[in-house]
Amino acid sequence: MTSTHGWVPSALQQERLAYRRARGRRSTLVALASTVAVAAVAVLGLVASPGWPRVRSSFLDPEVARAALPVVLEGLWLNVRVMAVCAVLIVVVALALALMRTARGPALFPLRALATGYVDVFRGLPLLLVLLLVGFGLPGLRLQGVPTSAVLLGGLALVLTYSAYVAEVFRAGIESVHPSQVAAARSLGLTHGQALRHVVLPQAWRRVVPPLLNDLVALSKDSGLISILGAVDAVRAAQIETARYANFTPYVVAGVLFVLLTIPLTRVTDVLARRSGWLGSQSGLAGGGALR
Amino acid sequence: MTAGPVPGAAPPLLRVSGVRKAFGDHVVLDGLSLDVHAHRVVVLIGASGSGKSTLLRCVNLLEEVDDGTIEVEGRDVTDPRVDADRVRARIGMVFQSYNLFPHLRVLDNVALAPRLVHGASRAEARDRALAMLERVGLAGKARAFPDELSGGQQQRVAIARALVGRPALMLLDEVTSALDPELVGEVLELLADLKEDGVTMVVATHEMGFARHVADEVCFLHAGRVHERGTPEQVLGDPQEPRTQEFLRRFTAR
Repeated sequence: MTSTHGWVPSALQQERLAYRRARGRRSTLVALASTVAVAAVAVLGLVASPGWPRVRSSFLDPEVARAALPVVLEGLWLNVRVMAVCAVLIVVVALALALMRTARGPALFPLRALATGYVDVFRGLPLLLVLLLVGFGLPGLRLQGVPTSAVLLGGLALVLTYSAYVAEVFRAGIESVHPSQVAAARSLGLTHGQALRHVVLPQAWRRVVPPLLNDLVALSKDSGLISILGAVDAVRAAQIETARYANFTPYVVAGVLFVLLTIPLTRVTDVLARRSGWLGSQSGLAGGGALR
Repeated sequence: MTAGPVPGAAPPLLRVSGVRKAFGDHVVLDGLSLDVHAHRVVVLIGASGSGKSTLLRCVNLLEEVDDGTIEVEGRDVTDPRVDADRVRARIGMVFQSYNLFPHLRVLDNVALAPRLVHGASRAEARDRALAMLERVGLAGKARAFPDELSGGQQQRVAIARALVGRPALMLLDEVTSALDPELVGEVLELLADLKEDGVTMVVATHEMGFARHVADEVCFLHAGRVHERGTPEQVLGDPQEPRTQEFLRRFTAR
């Protein structure tokens, strides 16, 4: 390595740098101008529409927003708790399903068939239907010990549906680990299970975390669907407040809160996906900092 | 050193008899037989697709043979009742593309098998791994991840990982083919050192210089069989078979 001490860019290089700076300034100005123009058109179009005053008073009333906020926030806290507990359960169930689907050997055929059937059914069923069937069907059986709480039943429906999706993410991650890794592990004398546990899963895990966080974002919104079973979450709370004030602003408040909840999750996903070294030696392009 | 099986000596460490292996309609090994005695280095040469890699993978039970037997230390390992994991624990394998575990540090790559397969404690596995890294000259890289090493260093780690379980037999599958030319030397020197230590090796390679200087015996594979075998001087210096002559002529003409 030679030292850069005392290095002065050549005239050619200085000319290049000046050109790039000029280009950079121009790009910034163009971006600014076009953003302002688009925003102006959108705002003017909205404000100029004939129904705007009516919409503003019934959807964007600051008084109603202030009054509804604590109640909707309390509902959102339920969403957050449901989401957190469900996320953990989903990861456990989905990983079990994925491992069942990749299991080998004739004795394990029932496991494989069960997992495949489960994923087929619950990926195909609309979440709303699962919620209704579980929420109203399970208590209808009047079995001893079956919970009747809307939160528990709604959470169960979320876990049932999301596990099917997340299991497929895990399976894709497991299958993305190159067979040569398994060959190397087996050549050392590791059993099939040891190779899975110590070589395949740790590498698969790093690859599936970004798509998993994406599913977590989707879950955070879908946790609002448990409101149809009567659980008072942010959506339900907003509905109640809307009825109380005869004004739709609480819905907007709930919407803003959901967005604020998911933005940090999305950013974490981006950061993880870009972190160099996260994928090991295959991450050549994941860092990508030097690429223009 | 003399070539060929020593009459009246101990049975061979590895005995391959009439092994057949086909992938679909493509017959790769067609009744191949080969003996390897302890402490000897046997080099397999031959065109790409001549079955060198397939033979090594069959010996390590990574591929199932279609017919014939493979005996390691006197046991027929192609018997389906044999515990393949126990057999593999006695055989070290090094791959063309290193196949290090990218999520584990160099030390943990080497320490994994002692801990999981050979029942060593965590500390014991660490010590053995470190000693083996010392042996290949990479103790200073123990804390690094594989992608922080050069290709030659990665391959030396892979050799350490295969050696740490004290295998009876080492299989090396074109271990320098993926390396930049200036990195080939450090790996071949290490293999020459291992020969001095008495490690039994079967080496598939295109490095004729290595074959000439390190091999006890050279086998030219063609059409799924050992077409010609002998000392490096015989096979490389004075080949008898037209196919061998043609292969070597094309090889040196490059």
